[in-house]
Amino acid sequence: MSFLQSLSQRDRVFDFMAPQASPVDVRHGPILYLEDVTVSFDGFKAINNLNLTIDDGELRCIIGPNGAGKTTMMGIITGKTRPNSGSVWFGSRHNLLQMNEPEIASLGIGRKFQKPTVFEALSVFENLELAMAADKRIFPTLTARMTGEIKDRIDEVLETIGLAALRHQLAGILSHGQKQWLEIGMLLMQRPRLLLVDEPVAGMTEQEMERTAELLTGLAGKQSVVVVEHDMGFVRSIARQVTVLHQGSVLAEGTMDQVASDPKVVEVYLGADDEEAA
Amino acid sequence: MSLTTESSTNFWLTRPFSERSTQIFLGVLLAALALVTILHVAVPPDNPLHVGAYTVNLFGKYLSYALLAVAVDLVWGYLGILSLGHGAFFAIGGYAMGMYLMRQIGERGTYGHPVLPDFMVFLNWDSLPWYWLGFDMAWFAFAMVLIAPGLLALVFGFLAFRSRVTGVYLSIITQALTFALMLAFFRNEMGFGGNNGLTDFRELLGYNLRSNDTRLGLFLATGVALGLGYILCRAIVTSKLGRVSIATRDAEARTRFLGYRVERFQLFVFVVSAMLAGLAGALYVPQVGIINPSEFSPIFSIEIVLWVALGGRATLYGAVIGAILVNYAKTVFTGVMPDAWLFALGAMFVLVTVFLPKGVAGLFRHLKRKQRATSTLADKPNNTPEEVSA
Repeated sequence: MSFLQSLSQRDRVFDFMAPQASPVDVRHGPILYLEDVTVSFDGFKAINNLNLTIDDGELRCIIGPNGAGKTTMMGIITGKTRPNSGSVWFGSRHNLLQMNEPEIASLGIGRKFQKPTVFEALSVFENLELAMAADKRIFPTLTARMTGEIKDRIDEVLETIGLAALRHQLAGILSHGQKQWLEIGMLLMQRPRLLLVDEPVAGMTEQEMERTAELLTGLAGKQSVVVVEHDMGFVRSIARQVTVLHQGSVLAEGTMDQVASDPKVVEVYLGADDEEAA
Repeated sequence: MSLTTESSTNFWLTRPFSERSTQIFLGVLLAALALVTILHVAVPPDNPLHVGAYTVNLFGKYLSYALLAVAVDLVWGYLGILSLGHGAFFAIGGYAMGMYLMRQIGERGTYGHPVLPDFMVFLNWDSLPWYWLGFDMAWFAFAMVLIAPGLLALVFGFLAFRSRVTGVYLSIITQALTFALMLAFFRNEMGFGGNNGLTDFRELLGYNLRSNDTRLGLFLATGVALGLGYILCRAIVTSKLGRVSIATRDAEARTRFLGYRVERFQLFVFVVSAMLAGLAGALYVPQVGIINPSEFSPIFSIEIVLWVALGGRATLYGAVIGAILVNYAKTVFTGVMPDAWLFALGAMFVLVTVFLPKGVAGLFRHLKRKQRATSTLADKPNNTPEEVSA
């Protein structure tokens, strides 16, 4: 037993003492850089000569009508979809087109899907524990101990996502909005450099949207955050920089007010949608 | 469950001892073992409280079934793998023990052959098949009790989990596995005694299996094995690996997405469970005095799942309660009116499903929660978190 014990201890020190050093080189500014990216599905160009630059620590909203290529773009960044041409760089050192999904994820790109999936039979705390970056092989997992560092890290994320008071509740009893925050928290446990968030406020109440806006703006600066969202009111409340996609390429870019007053944008998207939102 | 997470800074194997439910379980188990021993040894046979050797033997059998049920609950309750073939691992462990017991008979068999068991002499075999070698040594046989079922589970599980076979399909394959093994073991050429199986055992480690003291010893050994098996399962379940198992059970794809190699976790838990089932089988065989291919029958494997469901899934102690309860009822019913037993089993299952969907253990939990709710009603308001309203 003492052999096993010593083994587990060594593992613990090895894993958790050294926080994942991110090898991403952002000295030149942008953390994500897409240039002339084109993706076509059977001749249909879902992404057409897309150019996009995200700065380190930036919060960027991406809007656009259905079929504008928002989800496809997320797929390219995470390695799920391969573009036909163009280049995608993470920092100035990593060519994402040469990496597979797990490699990209371990570089520090986290993606939150539209539908929240949390482990309902486990508590909020335990959900975050499982999501934590750690040695995920069998025996280290079996002998894993709850150390002060892990607890502190989980507490920190619990504070960030505003679920500290619900830490012992089963995730199954959380409301839809709380599950979304927990899911964002699970992403944060992996210490990502870039968070891709897909429609975070779909199905949320007004108050939940406000909380989510606070959460995402709070994250920016520490992480870079890219939000894809339909809800214009929500985008207006968080956005500093907005990119409008249309038919697979960038239609306009700028602050919300600049974008909203752009006649091209009004024509394809904003006009119709703003009336709906109002 | 959640309350233990944060305080569990200690070594994973000793973690269950700090749990209330494990303490109660071990206390009850030890008390039961002590009580039966005292009533058997110290109370004179003419006293109505005396527990006879037959009853001790019967209890020993129940305890080995209980260990088997715990093994099934580990994979079904916590990993979500409904194995309808755990009888196979139980029977293989039993056969490993049976082979050792056969070799111990030696020249005292009907045919008096110094090495070959009776059925091999009867089949005109002149030497032992290779896989019978080594079973005259206790340490080898006892190791095989764990290794043989573990190996089968490893190969079977590796193929199944690697191909991501889960759910109903896996249940069907496990059922096919145990059925195929039953057919194979029925054949005389397999060298496991065909449909008669292995029987006519004399001694275990030099102790006469027909003496009352040996029976008591086997009963106690089974009780200890159940306790240790329970602690091991509890340790697994309360570890981070246990939480990964639950996560896998509820959202396999999501768990994989978090970076866990789900198929390896499934394989690990499945193999541990198969080894425990093998151990249960090995303790069962010397107490009933026979092992034959009927233990491989698909019906038996389904019955095990029924015990777990009746007792309450994903609690471990529920599996123990279910196994003992159903088998006690079986003993009573088959004694009083043998024809009614299957109806009674069916009725029990229907009633529990309708009125106690979480089994007998669910009833306990419900009562406990009710009690706690009434006692903490006074200081409830300040415990409502502000986030709830958000």
